[in-house]
Amino acid sequence: MEYVIEMENITKEFPGIKANDQVDLKLKKGEIHALLGENGAGKSTLMSVLFGLYTPDAGTIKVHGKKVTIRNPNDANNLGIGMVHQHFKLVHNFTVTENIILGHEDTTKGFLRYDNAAAKIKNLSERYKLKVDPSAIIENISVGQQQRVEILKMLYRDAEILIFDEPTASLTPQEIEELMKILRNLAEEGKSIILITHKLTEIQQVADRCTILRKGKYIDTVEVSRTSNEELAEKMVGRKVVFDIEKAPAQPGETVLTVEDLCVRSQHSNTDLVRNVSFKVKRGEILCVAGIEGNGQSELIYGLVGLAPLSKGRILIHGNDLTQASTRDRSLSGISHIPEDRQRHGLVLDFSLEYNLILNSYFDTTYQRRGFLNFSAIRTHAESLIEQYDIRSSHGPLSLARSMSGGNQQKAILGREIDRGSELLVAVQPTRGLDVGAIEFIHKQIIAERDRGKAVLLVSLELDEVMGLSDRILVMYGGELVGEFDPETVTENELGLYMSGARKRGVA
Amino acid sequence: MRRRIVQGALERVANRPASISAFSSILAIVSGLVVGFVIMLIVNPGDAVPGFLTILFGWLSEGSRSAGDMLYFGVPIVLTGLSVAFAFRTGLFNIGATGQLTMGAFTAVYIGVNWGFLGAFHWIVAVLGGMIAGAVWGSIAGLLKAFRNVHEVVSSIMLNYIAMYMNTMLIIQLIYNRQYARARSPLPSAHIPTWFLRDIFPGSSVNIGIFIAIGLTILLHIILNRTVFGYELKSVGFNRDAAKYAGMNAKRNIVLSMTISGALAGIAGAIMFLVAGRHLEPVNQLMQEGFTGIAIALLGLSAPIGVFLAGIFYGALEQGGYYLQLYDFMPEIIDIIIAVIIYFSAFSLFIQTYVAGYLRRKVGAEVELQQGTELK
Repeated sequence: MEYVIEMENITKEFPGIKANDQVDLKLKKGEIHALLGENGAGKSTLMSVLFGLYTPDAGTIKVHGKKVTIRNPNDANNLGIGMVHQHFKLVHNFTVTENIILGHEDTTKGFLRYDNAAAKIKNLSERYKLKVDPSAIIENISVGQQQRVEILKMLYRDAEILIFDEPTASLTPQEIEELMKILRNLAEEGKSIILITHKLTEIQQVADRCTILRKGKYIDTVEVSRTSNEELAEKMVGRKVVFDIEKAPAQPGETVLTVEDLCVRSQHSNTDLVRNVSFKVKRGEILCVAGIEGNGQSELIYGLVGLAPLSKGRILIHGNDLTQASTRDRSLSGISHIPEDRQRHGLVLDFSLEYNLILNSYFDTTYQRRGFLNFSAIRTHAESLIEQYDIRSSHGPLSLARSMSGGNQQKAILGREIDRGSELLVAVQPTRGLDVGAIEFIHKQIIAERDRGKAVLLVSLELDEVMGLSDRILVMYGGELVGEFDPETVTENELGLYMSGARKRGVA
Repeated sequence: MRRRIVQGALERVANRPASISAFSSILAIVSGLVVGFVIMLIVNPGDAVPGFLTILFGWLSEGSRSAGDMLYFGVPIVLTGLSVAFAFRTGLFNIGATGQLTMGAFTAVYIGVNWGFLGAFHWIVAVLGGMIAGAVWGSIAGLLKAFRNVHEVVSSIMLNYIAMYMNTMLIIQLIYNRQYARARSPLPSAHIPTWFLRDIFPGSSVNIGIFIAIGLTILLHIILNRTVFGYELKSVGFNRDAAKYAGMNAKRNIVLSMTISGALAGIAGAIMFLVAGRHLEPVNQLMQEGFTGIAIALLGLSAPIGVFLAGIFYGALEQGGYYLQLYDFMPEIIDIIIAVIIYFSAFSLFIQTYVAGYLRRKVGAEVELQQGTELK
């Protein structure tokens, strides 16, 4: 079998550390090859080397058997290598066609010509079954369609080797299904595909072979059909992994949070992004708001914690009306909040870890006296949280939050918010972008919080998390709650239909 | 082994932005001096070396007298530098220190000219008056920012011009000395006292403004680093979203920060003009000290103690430039050199971001890599 890409003994070293240590990757023509590894395993570095963003310190790259040097992405494009990045690189107010030809425009005497391009795009989208309206504006089409535009962009540039970086991160189950079909089509048409992912189910569904990296080292390349999920996970993490989240049945108590008829207005226009949302969260249960990104979940939480003004509705904690209360008062009345964007809201990145750990309680008399900070109390508090939540960093309490890894930043926020002993824990996408180990840890802590008799409101985009962690599921679509489900009885497919707005029913 | 040492050092530097920044400040000063020296070589190659040494060490040339004058020149710049730096820490760019300084200067001189009945308290009241006027002027920009979302750069630039024209108008209406076409002199009781300083620095113009500058530097250092108020100000400055998330009152902090910033510039104005032999003039010109303060704040990395050192360094250059006339140089050369240093100090922000970004990328890759191990 002929290889289209042979990367051999690729080593890329950053000061004192090998991000890639003699990694091999061989891609056969017409195969889908998964590249599996945790965050920081070196997947991105390896692909950056292939795409010309980094120059390797050692090792060789062969394309179609010929040794090449790839200095920049243009070199990669000329060799027929294309990449769909995790965050799409599209111009939002351009049409699909304009985006596809961007950088490869056809011109006559300086004037743009669309006719050839349009024909080529039509041809490509028919051949590869990539349905998309060429005259639609990017911001008006769904994320799944935007991804197809990215794929068309690569095909338009005659790419033979396609790299997909975590392509399913922001798709619904149905869109993922579609994408899998597209990938198979592409492979059948002779394109060779590298699929960067850490989701094992996708690999099982679509990939032919899989290369596993761990801590910068090449671990193995396996035939997917002859390897189980458990084996893949073990190779990826380096130890046995518990897949199922273990938790006892919920024992809901009295109601902690009551949300009545909540509406949250958009800050940019006069429309409500959250419309008439009502629900209750009880002591000892995890209520999960599921949905696809951008359906009002973020705004719902902003409205709940006081970061966005409400246009209607009421919020009560234990019967206390907090509708008019400030963010500070809500927080003191028993709302702990693990924010969606840990770097934007959750942390002051230029503060030390110990300063970040008092971000929601610095004004408490434990940490200040007559306006002066009590440094020894702050240090003791930090040390105890670091110990309890296993927050790792280079300089302990004095480490800059910026220098810490995402998992440890999140553990710091989690520890800070749980430690305050609030009645309600609001956790928005608490495991976003984290690796298996950190996810396991955070899930355990959230369940422990529930078992201590707290109410937990979880917002998640990950269906695995929704199904595994929650005791009750609410699905949000277009700013409204469109269904309530019991995770024991509902299927992922059914949830997907509600999440994509295909179905809807009233919520009690 | 060597690589490990280098890596350790890199990591330490990347984790301590202060050291990166100090490095970039020193780089700015050195580059400014080098460019200045090159200009001197071009203008007058023969005298370039002694002239350059004079700029650097002129403040030592007449012993305690020149050293005293260095402090005298440095004080207002330290204060405007502190003013700008304090606003920086809250994420605000107070480009209006000039206007606040002008208002402070006028108010202080007005009190100094008219309120002789205050006796021994005269100068204190005059300085306080200047401080309050500066604070009011600063708070206008703060209020506009907090409640009407008017960018503080825009509003404070406009307030600079309002202050400049108001200064001219008020001098002519209230405290005009027609004979010399300038403001009347403050009464001696309003002059900033010199205490024992003239004994230590005989013949110099130094006054206790230097103690005020030292006192305020220490005060601001304590506020920023040891108090809840400083914690809030810095949170708002570093990350306004996180401050909101933590329930801090961003509006209140913006207004307070601009008020305090204005007060510092007002004090600078009072100290500049409550001396013998210096007069406010009804000329429509923005006072440069406020803008120099921006550069000094950058050079001092917005840390009070850094700003103090940078301000005194500026005083030394001014003083050195004064002696430069001994050689065959136009006195303007010192302005050029100072301007170049200021230019490079603004550039130091860029250097800082670049150096820090570069180190972070290098060390960051490693942090990412360790993550897998760390979480077990």
